[in-house]
Formats: sequence, structure tokens, C-alpha cells
Amino acid sequence: MTPGRIARVLLTIFFIGLLFTPVAMKRYAARRASDRIAADMQTALVRHGFYLTEVSHAAGIDFVHQAPTLDPKLAPIMPEVASMGASVSIVDFDRDGWPDIYVTNSAIGSKNALYRNMHDGTFKDVAPEMGIADVNQPGTGVSTGAVWGDYDNDGYEDLFLIKWGRPELYHNDQGHGFTRVTEQAGLPAWINADTAIWFDYDGDGLLDLFVGGYYAEDIDLWHLNTTRIMPDSFEYAKNGGRKYLFHNLGNGKFEEVSEKVGINSRRWALAASAADLRGTGHPDLFVANDYGVSELYFNDGGHFREVGQQTGVGFAPKSGMNAAFGDILNDGNYAVYVSNISEDGILIQGNNLWMPKQGTSGNGLQYENLARDFGIELGGWSFGAQFGDLNNDGTLDLYLANGYISLDRGRSYWYDFSKVAGGNSTIIGDAKNWPAFDGRSLSGYQNKKVWLNDGAGKFIDVAQAVGVTDTYDGRAVALVDLWNRGVLDVVVANQKGPLLVYKNTVAPENEWIEFQLEGATSNRSAIGAEVTLYWNGQKQMQEVSGGTGFAAQNDRRLHFGLGKNPHMEKVVIRWPSGKVQTIEQPALRQLHVVKEPA
Amino acid sequence: MSQMTTPVVTPPAGTPRKPFFSLDNRYIAPAFITCILLAGHLSFGILESYQKTLLAIVTSIALEVVLGRIFFRKWVHPASAYITGISVGILVRSPAFWPYALCSAISITSKYVLRIKNQHIWNPSNFGISVMLFLAADTVATLSIQWGNYLLPMLVIWALGSVIIARLHRFHITGIYVASFLAFAFLRSWMTGSPWQSEVAPITGPMYQLFIFFMITDPKTTVRSKRGQCIVVFLVAVGEMILRLRQVVYAPFYALFIVGPAAMLIQIWMDSRRASSARIVARP
Repeated sequence: MTPGRIARVLLTIFFIGLLFTPVAMKRYAARRASDRIAADMQTALVRHGFYLTEVSHAAGIDFVHQAPTLDPKLAPIMPEVASMGASVSIVDFDRDGWPDIYVTNSAIGSKNALYRNMHDGTFKDVAPEMGIADVNQPGTGVSTGAVWGDYDNDGYEDLFLIKWGRPELYHNDQGHGFTRVTEQAGLPAWINADTAIWFDYDGDGLLDLFVGGYYAEDIDLWHLNTTRIMPDSFEYAKNGGRKYLFHNLGNGKFEEVSEKVGINSRRWALAASAADLRGTGHPDLFVANDYGVSELYFNDGGHFREVGQQTGVGFAPKSGMNAAFGDILNDGNYAVYVSNISEDGILIQGNNLWMPKQGTSGNGLQYENLARDFGIELGGWSFGAQFGDLNNDGTLDLYLANGYISLDRGRSYWYDFSKVAGGNSTIIGDAKNWPAFDGRSLSGYQNKKVWLNDGAGKFIDVAQAVGVTDTYDGRAVALVDLWNRGVLDVVVANQKGPLLVYKNTVAPENEWIEFQLEGATSNRSAIGAEVTLYWNGQKQMQEVSGGTGFAAQNDRRLHFGLGKNPHMEKVVIRWPSGKVQTIEQPALRQLHVVKEPA
Repeated sequence: MSQMTTPVVTPPAGTPRKPFFSLDNRYIAPAFITCILLAGHLSFGILESYQKTLLAIVTSIALEVVLGRIFFRKWVHPASAYITGISVGILVRSPAFWPYALCSAISITSKYVLRIKNQHIWNPSNFGISVMLFLAADTVATLSIQWGNYLLPMLVIWALGSVIIARLHRFHITGIYVASFLAFAFLRSWMTGSPWQSEVAPITGPMYQLFIFFMITDPKTTVRSKRGQCIVVFLVAVGEMILRLRQVVYAPFYALFIVGPAAMLIQIWMDSRRASSARIVARP
């Protein structure tokens, strides 16, 4: 055989090898995934340290979300335009020391539910008697989320109801009922929003309210004058709803100040969350936008500046649907997790894990997307995600809900979706140009992700192994120690699906500690308070949040897993007022109720 | 898009004509596509990672240089490989790095392995991207929307693309394709009941414009005669129409993947027959 012929044979073998590479990669990934599939609790406890059991029905919760039916002009693509509204938020509305659950419904005439914790493992819906059930009446729009905060510092958490329609503020009457105070508060007549958060942006001890619009606020989705309501671009849209920042005046009234303080955007906001990212004592604001880039607003003490591009989080446009903060490396820095869309072979946006770049801080803070390096990039059509230590091993894990529209399993809308999404703005922006759904699915029936943090920069998906096997269209996730056992349970709101309550069983050798904060000079909800726990020569930082994830609010009590035989050093609490409080060697296996010192 | 504007266009036999572009002008195509890339990135941020695009380009050029040296015993000019690499860098969308290197490697290697009568028959990047979409769908998608949905970039690419393609005397290919696509779009709309705007929508996207201006006009992998080119590109549109009726998202890539080489094979077969006939006639 001549050298030329040998070279040609070798090249052919090389070429075949190249063609076989993607197949081999796929098989390798599938084998790794199958290694983690286990079924029973004991195996999961040994391997991963926890197991989640879905107990909603046994706990007395049989809530099924209903989607809205909008203007008939949108009928062909109703599953898409009415694809949000399921939300969950955790609150101890009656201050009995047991967390309760509030969930939204989104069909006209449907009822929201407030599940009171009965202390015996069950819940009872008390929303009707409390006056916050029948909130989706004709002409007022429907609920898409709820966030709780004690805006008048009377010790009881009040309710802001996010809607496509008339937003509502309900005052909590000492846990005995709620009074609607929307008009007195000075809120606008109509906002089509999917996200809102409570935070004290100016540090005056009063909770303010940020609301991010999705559809433009002049659109009544039930009575359309035009079908030109869609985004004018799939990734660069700026024709969404406006943003609102309601400054709490302290007399039950709010003043809208967004433009005055530097927030002016018409991107399609889906999620927002606030945390002090630079150690300035002022909460910065992160907004994840659909059809575009995320926005990060640095808070310079009551005035904001948008630094998305400068910091790196606002350059590559995707479909942001979640904003959650987590100190995932136990180094006192927050990562920001933003969920996006990934569909095999069609659209691989990948979720973002924005990690602070080494050596940057303060006004020079920059982020890089390390989702792939950490193994939490691909989560299907991802929605709500929350960080929390699910196995009490001392590192924050990540629970991700996903799945967009589950209809006919055998027929997909993706072809039509991709066809129009790539078209010119005059085509994509008009709903009448979109082909009819005709019962097809769009990224439906997806497996959820429960990513376990190994503490060394890698997460592995153990969802199937730890009992999370549902394939509903997940939207909102909230983490909460529902039964005061020292473990984080998971509550998931599904679009057109049941509210799921995953009760957590954790290997008993792992220790934990929890903190419940109450502000005095600071807002009484202590939203924005930063708790840094020091143990075993490491530290983990968490912050009390007034809304995080997608359409969700975790329990305001902060839960820390500590691993085996921890050596507890101290906890440092930095209150929103700026006061710093240190507690030396707090006791393990306890919920510590801490009040802000005078 | 690779070899999308191969600098020297072979004139029809018997009509000696000075090539429009001289040797130095081979840089025009790479320069043009680089400008498109930079404009797209600086205005829309189409590249999430410079490193990935660089990886695709470096892999492509390195492999071309090595394989050219081994099999052609010469240092092959890197312009063509650069275009392949940059095409892969623009069109492939993946969160991982390896697909960029692999797609470039498959594209370039295909030129040296899949040869008939000393000609490669697949457009290299079309081959590489189609293979990746087919075999690595869990990791790879192609650019589809990242250039925005606005009128201005569309007009810029249409204008620049038209100028370049017209100067290369290949605008008829693009023209036939666009006309066929539009006709088939309305036909599909009539057949499926979809709004006609949704059927026309893809061609208004910038990615699609790259495909119609450059990939289907690749001189190395299109037939020689003008009439043949018109027939072939019409058949690409027919193939795409059929695939679209089957709801294949990447219909244009796959249509070209199938029709392009088939046309080349037919041309090679006809050339071969013509040569044999000539030999028979020439025999005393």
C-alpha cells in the first residue's frame, strides 16, 4: 500500500471517528445520568442525604391551577399567551410560628388559596374567610403572583397581589383577615405584571415595592383592540410593560418614583430580586427579562443606575425567567441564577449562573456565566429556581421547575414557534401571524432538576433519584421548613397543574440552624437583612428576601445546613438599618428568633 | 456558507474571460463575513463567546493547512478555511466548546474524504452543521434569532449581500431561490392553513439571508451551467418545501445537504459520459 493510500485510509478512519464523537458524547452523558437514577428513599438517603416525598393530598392540599382565557382574538395561541399565573409564596400570616402557603389562580372567577398550617402535618384553605380568595373577578384581571411584606410595620405580613389586571394591596388585620387598601395606597388601575418584590431601597425602615410589567399596561388582555401585543423581537424586545417603584410614604400611601430614581425600562420583566451585591448596605436590583437581556440596577443609596452591560449580565439576550441569589461556594459572594430556554436541536440558550469575577468588587463588580462549569446550564424550558440546602450538608443546592406547555405528547409546536420567532418584528409582534397551537405541546412533560452542590464547584442532577419525578409545567418554587423540623421542604406551583408539596427527609447526622429576624429600626419583616454564618472555618451568607425566583417567595426564616459534627463559630447579622449584630456560638438544631437591637 | 464566495468563479467553457476577482481579492469574502460578524456582535451581541468562534476558526484553518500539506503537497491558502470556521462560529449555537471544534473539523475533513473524481461535493460547513444538528441535537442548535427581528440589519445584509453576489455573477441563484421560497410559502400557507406571514417569516430573518446569499451560491459545490444552477436551487427550494411540510426546523440546511451533492454527482456523471463519448469519437 502506498503512503498516499495509507494516509487516505487513516484520514477516513479519523473522519468516521469525528462523526461518531457526538454519538459517543451522548451515550456517555446518558450513562452518567442513569447512574443517578434510584427509586427508594433509603438508597437516596445514603447516596445523596435526602429524599423528597410528594404529600400535597395527604396534607390536605388539592389545589389545581387554572389558566386564564383571554380575548378570543388570541384563541389560536391561547396556550402560549396564557402560560403564566401559577405562583406560590410562603408567609406566617397569623404569626403562630408555622409557615403558611399562598397560591394564585388565574382563570376569571377562580379562587386563590391561603393554606393555614394546622401544625399537625395538614393545611386548611382559609383564603375565603380571610378575604383573599375571590380576587380574580371579571373586569379586574387575574392573579399571577403574590409577595408578602409588613409595609406598615405592625408585625403582620401584608399581601401585594401581582396581576394581569388591577394590582391589589391587602392589609393584614393581625392575622384575622385582610382589608383591601389598593386605592388608599395609590396603586395604578392596571398593570400586566409577573413579578414584584418588597424591599427597602432607600433604607428608611419602610418597605417599598418594585413591580415589573410584562405586557404593556395599556392592554386589557380580555378586551383587545389589536392583536399587536406580542414582543417585537424574540431577543431584543422593548415593547413590554413599564416598571414601577412604589416608594412607601409611611402613611399607607405609596408614591411611584421609578423614573425619578433611574429605573426606566420597557423590557418584558419576568423575575426580580434584590440583594446587596456590593456590600454597600443598599439593596441592588436584578431583573430577568423575557425576550432580552437581564438588567442589574446598582443602588447608590436611593438612586439606581443600570449596569447590565458593564457587569456582563446584560449583554447576551435570552429569555430570562428567574432571578435567585445564592452563596454557592460559601465565600460570602452571591451568584445569580437566571433561567432560560434549552430545547434539543432547536434553541440552546442555556441558563445563566452569574458568578462575580475574581478580583472585581464594588462599582467594578463584574460577572461571568459559569453555569456550564457548574453543571447547571441545561434545564429545558426553565422557570422558577431556588437555592437552598436540601440535604443539610452545608452547601446550597438548586431546585429548578421547568416545562412550558404540555398538551399532545406526540405533536410539537416548536417548528412553528421557531419559524415565527426568527421573523421580522412586524410579523412576530402580531398575534394573528402566529400559527394555531392546535393542541400541540411546546417543551412539555419535562423532568425537573434537583441539582446537588458538591461544594467544590459542581452540581449533579439527582431529581429522579430523590423522588422528584413529576412532569407538570412547573412555574414557581418556594423553599420552606413547613413543619419546623430543620429541613427545607419544597412547594411547587404548576401551570394548569396541581400544587405540589415535597416533604423532605434528610439524613439525621447532618446538623442545621435557622434564624427568624424581626426588624425594629429596620423594616419589621427584616427584608434585606444579611446573615453570615461562620462554622468549620467557612462562612455562608443568606439574605431575607421580599420575593425571589419566579413568581415566588421563600420563607423569610433563613435555613442553614451545617453538615456532620459542625464547629459553630458565630453568626453576624447586618440589619438593613446598618446595625451589625454578632451572636457567638448559637446553638445547633434550633430556630433562633432574633430582634434587631435598639 | 463556507466557500460561500470562493474568490475565483470558473467561467463557462469556451468563453475565456478575465476572472472578476484577482488572486488578492480572495480576501474580500473573508473580510466581508468578518465585518458581518463584528457588526452583528457589536450591535446585537450575537456571540456569547469570542473564544468559541476563535476555536472554530483555528480548528478549521489548522486542519486545512495540515490536510492540504499531506494530500495536495502544498500550503493551502487559509481563506476558504477561515470562512468555514467563521461560518461555524456564527451559525453553531452551543453552550459547550467542543461542538465548535468538532463541527469545523468535520466540515474541513469532509472536503478531503468525500470526494468524487477529485471534487468535493458537499458545501463543507453545510455538511458539518447538518451532521451536528442531526447527531448532536442535545448540544447544538444554529443561530436563528440572535440578529434581532428588526428591519435595519435585514436591509443591510440584503444590500451588501446583493452587491457581493451580483459582482460574482451569482445573483440569479439567490433570485430564483427567493422567488421559489416565496411561492412555496404561500402554497404552504394555503395547504396548512397557517398565516402566510408565518410562512414568509423565516426569510426575513438575518440568518436565513446568510444562507440564501452565500451558502447556496458556493461555486465549488454548485453546478457549472447557469441553467443548471437555476434548476438546482429551485430543487433546493422544493426539498425545503417538502421538509417544511414535515415540520423540520432546519429544512434549508438539510435540503441543501441532499440536493447539492446530488446535483454535483449528476454533473460529474455527465462530464464522465461526455468524456467517454469524446474518446470514442476521437478514436480512429
